[in-house]
Amino acid sequence: MRLRLERRPALSHLWALLAPLLAVALAAAGAALLFAVLGRDPLVCLYTLFLAPLADANGWSELALKATPLLLCAIGIAVGVRANVWNIGAEGQFTIGAIAGGWVALAIGPGGGWYVLPLVLLAGIAGGAAWGGIAAFLRTRFNAHEILVTLMLSYVAVQLLGWLVRGPMQDPEGFNFPQSPQFAAAAMLPVLFEGSRVTVAALFALAAVPLAALLLGRTLAGYRLRVVGLAPGAARYAGFSEAAAVWTCLLLSGGLAGLAGVAEVTGPIGQLTPSISPGYGFAAIIVAFLGRLSPVGMLFASLLMGLLYLGAEALQIGQQLPLAAAGVIQGMVLLFLLGADVLTLYRVRLAGRAHA
Amino acid sequence: MDPTPRLALSGIAKRYGPTLANDGIDLAVMPGEIHALLGENGAGKSTLVKIIYGVVQPDAGTIAWEGRAVAIADPNAARALGIGMVFQHFSLFETLTVAENISLGLGAGESLAALSARIATTASRYGLAVDPARHVHHLSVGERQRVEILRCLLQQPRLLIMDEPTSVLTPQEAEALFVLLRRLAAEGCSVLYISHKLAEIQALCHRATVLRAGRVVGACDPRVTAPAAMAELMIGRALAAPARVDRPAPGAPALVANRLSLPQDDPFGTALVDVNLVLRGGEILGIAGVAGNGQKELLAALTGERRAAQDDAVLLNGWPCGRQGAAARRRRGLAAVPEERLGRGAVAELSLTENALLTGTDGAMAQGGFIRFGRLRRFARGVIDAFRVVAAGPEAPAASLSGGNMQKFIIGREVGHGPRVLIASHPTWGVDVGAAMAIHAALRDLAATGVGVLIVSEDLDELFSVCDRIAVLHAGHLSAPTNVAATSIDAVGLLMGGMGDAVAA
Repeated sequence: MRLRLERRPALSHLWALLAPLLAVALAAAGAALLFAVLGRDPLVCLYTLFLAPLADANGWSELALKATPLLLCAIGIAVGVRANVWNIGAEGQFTIGAIAGGWVALAIGPGGGWYVLPLVLLAGIAGGAAWGGIAAFLRTRFNAHEILVTLMLSYVAVQLLGWLVRGPMQDPEGFNFPQSPQFAAAAMLPVLFEGSRVTVAALFALAAVPLAALLLGRTLAGYRLRVVGLAPGAARYAGFSEAAAVWTCLLLSGGLAGLAGVAEVTGPIGQLTPSISPGYGFAAIIVAFLGRLSPVGMLFASLLMGLLYLGAEALQIGQQLPLAAAGVIQGMVLLFLLGADVLTLYRVRLAGRAHA
Repeated sequence: MDPTPRLALSGIAKRYGPTLANDGIDLAVMPGEIHALLGENGAGKSTLVKIIYGVVQPDAGTIAWEGRAVAIADPNAARALGIGMVFQHFSLFETLTVAENISLGLGAGESLAALSARIATTASRYGLAVDPARHVHHLSVGERQRVEILRCLLQQPRLLIMDEPTSVLTPQEAEALFVLLRRLAAEGCSVLYISHKLAEIQALCHRATVLRAGRVVGACDPRVTAPAAMAELMIGRALAAPARVDRPAPGAPALVANRLSLPQDDPFGTALVDVNLVLRGGEILGIAGVAGNGQKELLAALTGERRAAQDDAVLLNGWPCGRQGAAARRRRGLAAVPEERLGRGAVAELSLTENALLTGTDGAMAQGGFIRFGRLRRFARGVIDAFRVVAAGPEAPAASLSGGNMQKFIIGREVGHGPRVLIASHPTWGVDVGAAMAIHAALRDLAATGVGVLIVSEDLDELFSVCDRIAVLHAGHLSAPTNVAATSIDAVGLLMGGMGDAVAA
């Protein structure tokens, strides 16, 4: 007896849409089990995780704050995946974006006018795009796969930031703490609501949703990317350049991740520190797939993943659970999603007779 | 004569999803009989032989082997009974020798030396020239087929299944194959011969069973039945004779290859050597040749998927474009129909509307970088109507179409973009007879409007019925083209086998 996977003759669109919901439900059940094993009341923990953070307006604004970088990174990742370009190093591009924007902000200093913030943001976008561009160059020139290159460059970026805030960019008046000086007011993103921490970056992320949908669904450029991703042979026949697709995707997703990074340090953080991201760039990969690579789907997925971040903090405070619980639950969401996807595409058959 | 059939099938049925691939098939193959299984693509021939060879299991029906009911669980069981099969696509390892390949297939613990001796004995007995020590990548396609046949013969089969064996052979090689099969039959071995080429079935087979849409629709003695009658059985209606279209005299050179050379891009590829070719507007030029003689490379060099070293190696309406890419050449009026439909000529997952854009990105289908879906949909609908493509509509995914209908759509799309030169590779490969006739008619009509049409094909019947002139590609060299009226299938066959000097002498 052994199990065999058989491709389903017809794909169920309903199940393709239900799979993410099922995955989230199963992950919640798995989380409840985990809480019980850790000796907590599962229902209280689930409430703390999913509902308590949204009890007041401040909770919702915090949710938007967390969802913003996730959504920006995920949209770039998803456009790439459509073209079969796998940027899994958004974390690194996010970090370099923050460094580049932060460097411009610190270089200009307290003076300067309205042009400071756009310059800072552009520097962040350019930094992230350049970091993605390294992977594009290595892929198109030496055929080094972007999965490895982008992932490894993430660690390079994080170490680079760690060195910068302990060295060249360290605040001389910061009592030797590993952090840069605070950015000047002109370099900071305006907040959306008085008293909240959510900035106009949330609007950038929201605007990226219809723009990405337009790019993929309505433009020739998006069509070329999709053809390269779906059928490389057809792309060669049509004369669509695979190298152009690799460059487009890595520059675009790097730029979006860089924007997310610079928005984080010119928003809620206000300076460069060694830990500017609780893994947004990696969690965004889950957001992209949970959202079925569709811009609108990713909007909802980013809210859900943002909620997990908030809920995990609440669990830490209210139930004394380690922050790693968020990582475990994120992992379960992805695992169950992949499992549900396999069952959407294939059915499991018991093969009774072993083949000779 | 022994009255017990070697193989008797009754009521064989097999369902794949909504399609009934085999629907109550009865078939009897007698000892020493060469039995043709005739039918269009999708008629259920492949499913039926896979059932006989144990690759798939029938949903219903019984199989009797020499009068005894059997269940054939897998190909090993089939071979144990004495059933051998030569597939259309060979399963040989190119980097291994002939003896090593055959040894893998046999799986028994026979020493390579003993096996080589046995191969040599069997080969000489049947007049098959094969050296057991040669590496497979040195062998021609015809020689590889002989290796596959030898592998079967070593197991002393009593039923040999041949799946479209002549599609990869020159006419001379095919004739040698027929001699071998007749000899095997005379020794009492039965042969189940799958083909849709009526002429060779008439020349070779004792009996023919015709399948259509999964059912047996008739049986006949092909030696005395008119080919037209068999074709009618096969496609279910009378074939209209192709109307000869009057065409203008060939015009100016539309596509020229000028001492075009191209190195091979993989170890088993073929380099192009000094290929010269002139395709004039309004003519149909055919390029014959056995697969693997540089067709892939020639098509890539002409369409721009691979670039030549010099610009003047390829001239498109006088424009030197040897180093230009595919998109640039398409903008100047070059259209191409690739050999593979899904994954190359079309994207399986996209709708027909979206597939219409694949080669139309420079036309009126887009404006300012945005796709004009309304125009695109009308264009796709126009192609579907004009070429009678059987599809649910312009929004149907390409993967939902049959091979023949997809090919009609791709050709219709390329014609619809108004090309000045059309290059078609194997335009009717794997396409049923009705669709093939529609495709040939479309190519003739296109040439009648002054477009230069280049057809690369292994099917000589197709080339001789459609083309004005034929050239032969062998080992990367292209022969001088000759008028179809001034040459013969035999002469072209010799060129395909690399015997060009014999023809010239």
